[in-house]
Amino acid sequence: MADKVKLYDIPEEEFLLPGNRMCSGCGLSLIYRTALKALGPNTIITVPASCLTVLHGMQGFTSVDKISVLNTPFATVAASASGIEAALEAMGKDDKVTCVAFAGDGGTTDIGIQGLSGAAERKTNFIYACYDNEAYMNTGVQRSGSTPYGSITTTTPIYGKTEHKKNMPKILEAHDIPYVATSCAAYPLDIYAKFKRAKEIKGTKYIHILSPCPPGWGFSTKDTIKIGKLAVETGFWPLYEIENGKFLLSNPSKRLLDPAKRKPIELYLSVQKRFKRLSNEQIEEYKRYINQSWEYIKSKNITTQFL
Amino acid sequence: MTSVEEYQIMTGNHAAANACKGARVQVVAAYPITPQSPVVEKISFFIENGELNARMVRVESEQSALTACVAASATGVRVYTATSSHGLLLMYEILCWAAGNRLPIVMNIAMRSVGAPWSVWTDHQDAFTVRDTGWIQMFCEDNQEIYDTNLQAYRIAEDPSVYVPTFVNYDGYILSHTSMLVKLEPQKKIDEFLPPLKHHLNLGDMNIVKGVCPVTTPHIVKREEGTAPGYYEFRYSLQRSIEHSINKVKEVHDLFAEKFGRSYGNGIYKTYRAEDAEMYIFAVGSVASESRLVIDKLREKGIKIGLISLKLFRPFPTKYLRELFKDAKLIVVFDRDIGYGYEGILCYELKSALYQSKNRPFIKGYIVGLGGRDIITSDLIEGVYRAINLGKKNEYSEQTEFIGLKLDELDFLQKEVK
Repeated sequence: MADKVKLYDIPEEEFLLPGNRMCSGCGLSLIYRTALKALGPNTIITVPASCLTVLHGMQGFTSVDKISVLNTPFATVAASASGIEAALEAMGKDDKVTCVAFAGDGGTTDIGIQGLSGAAERKTNFIYACYDNEAYMNTGVQRSGSTPYGSITTTTPIYGKTEHKKNMPKILEAHDIPYVATSCAAYPLDIYAKFKRAKEIKGTKYIHILSPCPPGWGFSTKDTIKIGKLAVETGFWPLYEIENGKFLLSNPSKRLLDPAKRKPIELYLSVQKRFKRLSNEQIEEYKRYINQSWEYIKSKNITTQFL
Repeated sequence: MTSVEEYQIMTGNHAAANACKGARVQVVAAYPITPQSPVVEKISFFIENGELNARMVRVESEQSALTACVAASATGVRVYTATSSHGLLLMYEILCWAAGNRLPIVMNIAMRSVGAPWSVWTDHQDAFTVRDTGWIQMFCEDNQEIYDTNLQAYRIAEDPSVYVPTFVNYDGYILSHTSMLVKLEPQKKIDEFLPPLKHHLNLGDMNIVKGVCPVTTPHIVKREEGTAPGYYEFRYSLQRSIEHSINKVKEVHDLFAEKFGRSYGNGIYKTYRAEDAEMYIFAVGSVASESRLVIDKLREKGIKIGLISLKLFRPFPTKYLRELFKDAKLIVVFDRDIGYGYEGILCYELKSALYQSKNRPFIKGYIVGLGGRDIITSDLIEGVYRAINLGKKNEYSEQTEFIGLKLDELDFLQKEVK
């Protein structure tokens, strides 16, 4: 499991320099900056079509420093990582260089799921990071498999999405990989600790990070951290790790096993324009959904206690 | 002098696998599809048996197969893949990506028809369909040629003046599953011919960090730090390299011939009884092989006809063909493929190449053998005679002609088509 990290544990060395092409208030900038600090130099990152491609900038000019990057078409990021890893093994460099696939929710839960499942099944030695801004943000906020229930997007413009988001970490858990973790842009220490841990483990590691998106979700650019924290504190986005089958709630989510400790979901939903048309019934459905996902977590906790 | 012992009997697929072993490829990623599968089975055997020190990525689709090859190649190693038909088309996006990244990947296409309806049998539709993706493309006529062309392909693709991925194509079943004598060369001799890859991209070298294939703009970007090319310049440079690669193809072929004693025409096309020919058959792969019999039969009748079997299809050797056909009166093109709504692809490529010639021979194209339909020598001969008559009258038909159709045995279809 990830070690506890304090602020002064995080290296000062920067890999993502100021002045990138992300929107102000972007959750991904925070995630990427922190993740790269944990990964350090000697890292090759492969990136599919996504906001992260935009962050990496135009030909010849980039704000990303000291790591190598290979862009790849939308559906192919996990296969790309498989190729990098195979080449590193052939060169005898797989112990010295970390291979990372960094993709958005569309590239992970939708178009990229086949490649990811294949790479995980083959026990490919790499970290797969999914930053989840819950829609196709780079193309203009279209609905993805990871868009939450009731959310207005440009392809669900009137009624909002009629289904809940796909539980991708659960799908990866079913692949029996050594490490699955969730995190959130509002918790940089958590992100740092989990990437650090993932780097130490051999095999396929999957980290799914919720990434609040001011233009896509409809909130002020100063509120990214606030929204991210509310996602966790309301119990909507539980932070946890599963290492070799052992489930552990991360600190910010630990006390939320007690439903009374969870903030009302209305606090999270009401401050985002994408949820502006939610009916009372839909909010009730959210409460049921959150309770249900915590029942699942409880069942995991109990199992591990007995073990 | 070569003794019989130096030869082995093997299929085209196994000849390809042996070339892979000879080339010491380091990463192979492939997905099974008929009729390509035995290539990858054989390579898997070589790897597990310890005969080939390579990593095999047993991917879950062709799109992933070529992506893994692209990424491994960009990381700095020699890679190989093979596919057919639908597998090739599932790779289409990544074919463009590989060429745009200037990666010296070598791929075999065991050529097969494309559905619907399903057909696992040979034609050249799959290979011709991907001609505009920015790869060098070569065709083979026998199993030795597959082995030899694969070895040449690595040397061509990896040349610093080229850095373009390369297809080596051969007919499904007709070569892929047919056993012939193949001479396998000693490893030492291959190593002398094909030195280890020196890659322009080498992501695995962490001393120099790189960003590969980021976003470009329609225009060049000028900043204090420097000037970055736009998409247009990237693609221009790809086209130039492919155009120039024809010299390298020829040079590598000649070097190979010198070292191993086997040559394939001039490396660009092969000729058969063409020295004094006034008319020609123009074809690739299995159709060219079959046409050799046609030439023999027509020569017996006193017709001065020769065969041009095109080996290098991309870059299209326009200059060579203009020179070759400068006195030709008639060319019959047999296409085992079709540009739907127009005509056979090889036929219109040739017509286009000869448009600027001083001598513009009469060119008659036929479609033959789609989906593995047998190509009968007598049918081809009849086609040549018909072309000769049309040529005399200079009569072009707007309708594409198919040889070997059996409409007369299918009453209902005959009515509908007419």
